[in-house]
Amino acid sequence: MRRLLSPVSVAVVIAVAALLGLLAYGVRSTAPDASIETALASGERPRAPALELPRLDGRGKASLADFRGRVVVLNYWASWCEPCRAESPLLERWHQRLAGRGGTVVGVDVLDVTSDARAFVREFGLSYPMLRDADGATQKDFGVAAYPETVVIDRAGRIAALRRGPVDEEFMRREVAPLLEERA
Amino acid sequence: MRRRRRLLAWVTAALVLGLIAPVTALAASCPRTSVADIEDEVMCPVCKTPLALAQEAPQADRERVFILERVERCQSKGAIKVALAAEFGDEVLAVPAGEGFDLAAYLVPAIALALALGACALAVARWRGRGPAPAEAGPSGARGEAGSSPAPSAEASARLARDLERYDL
Repeated sequence: MRRLLSPVSVAVVIAVAALLGLLAYGVRSTAPDASIETALASGERPRAPALELPRLDGRGKASLADFRGRVVVLNYWASWCEPCRAESPLLERWHQRLAGRGGTVVGVDVLDVTSDARAFVREFGLSYPMLRDADGATQKDFGVAAYPETVVIDRAGRIAALRRGPVDEEFMRREVAPLLEERA
Repeated sequence: MRRRRRLLAWVTAALVLGLIAPVTALAASCPRTSVADIEDEVMCPVCKTPLALAQEAPQADRERVFILERVERCQSKGAIKVALAAEFGDEVLAVPAGEGFDLAAYLVPAIALALALGACALAVARWRGRGPAPAEAGPSGARGEAGSSPAPSAEASARLARDLERYDL
């Protein structure tokens, strides 16, 4: 017993426990946040985190607060992401539909080369507001883990729907169109 | 006519030299670094691994092209790293941030060093506190004068005497 409680044994146990604790903390802190999914699954609409980023065209900054009172389809994308290429024409079509009805698509280009992102916007003729998150700092707030991901925000600034992966016509009709009828 | 030709030849030679010399000088100092030299010192921010290990990620491929374009423009390794940080944020530089989980990268080695020093100090203290080694046993097996066994206490001596009385030896 006395041998078990020697200072060396105690130090080894403490060191192993500390390393295990650190490992657990690391796994927990780097795992994507699923709190938005949890809230949506229980029928809640959590408040959208604040977001302020530079515009991709370099003309100042924009924030989600600038779009308050409008339905916002917030789309995280990157020019090197193949599924993002596939969904971009659909997003542009929906932006045209939403624009006259109090809604907008807002793109957030993440971890991308600026010139590539601008070329992507030109290639697909995207006319909706484009923001640039160079180091991906805002994606943790929305639990973004892959690309593309889309967060639908109602007129009151609450998250109403989420799509981890490319959006399609059915998702937009089911999750976005009804929000246009709601009041702020 | 001959003078004119000679003049033309000189002008041509001067022009060729004028063009070749700067290119040669540039070639001597360029490239100043390479993609391979940089990619093991920066991260692929999407893959969360060093760029050198990210072989099949499209974002890593774009990052390599970004570096290659600058290598070909003869930029130094430092300048390319600055450009990478401006494009992708400081996280790309493979230097752990001083907050959150990344803080462990600084704390764990410091704590490990402190523990190792503590263990060394403890071992030295125990070694010094142990005193001289006991005298070697003689050829007959008898212990030396000093002996290693301490003298029994009065209580132990009394108990030994009582035990001995119980036995008829």
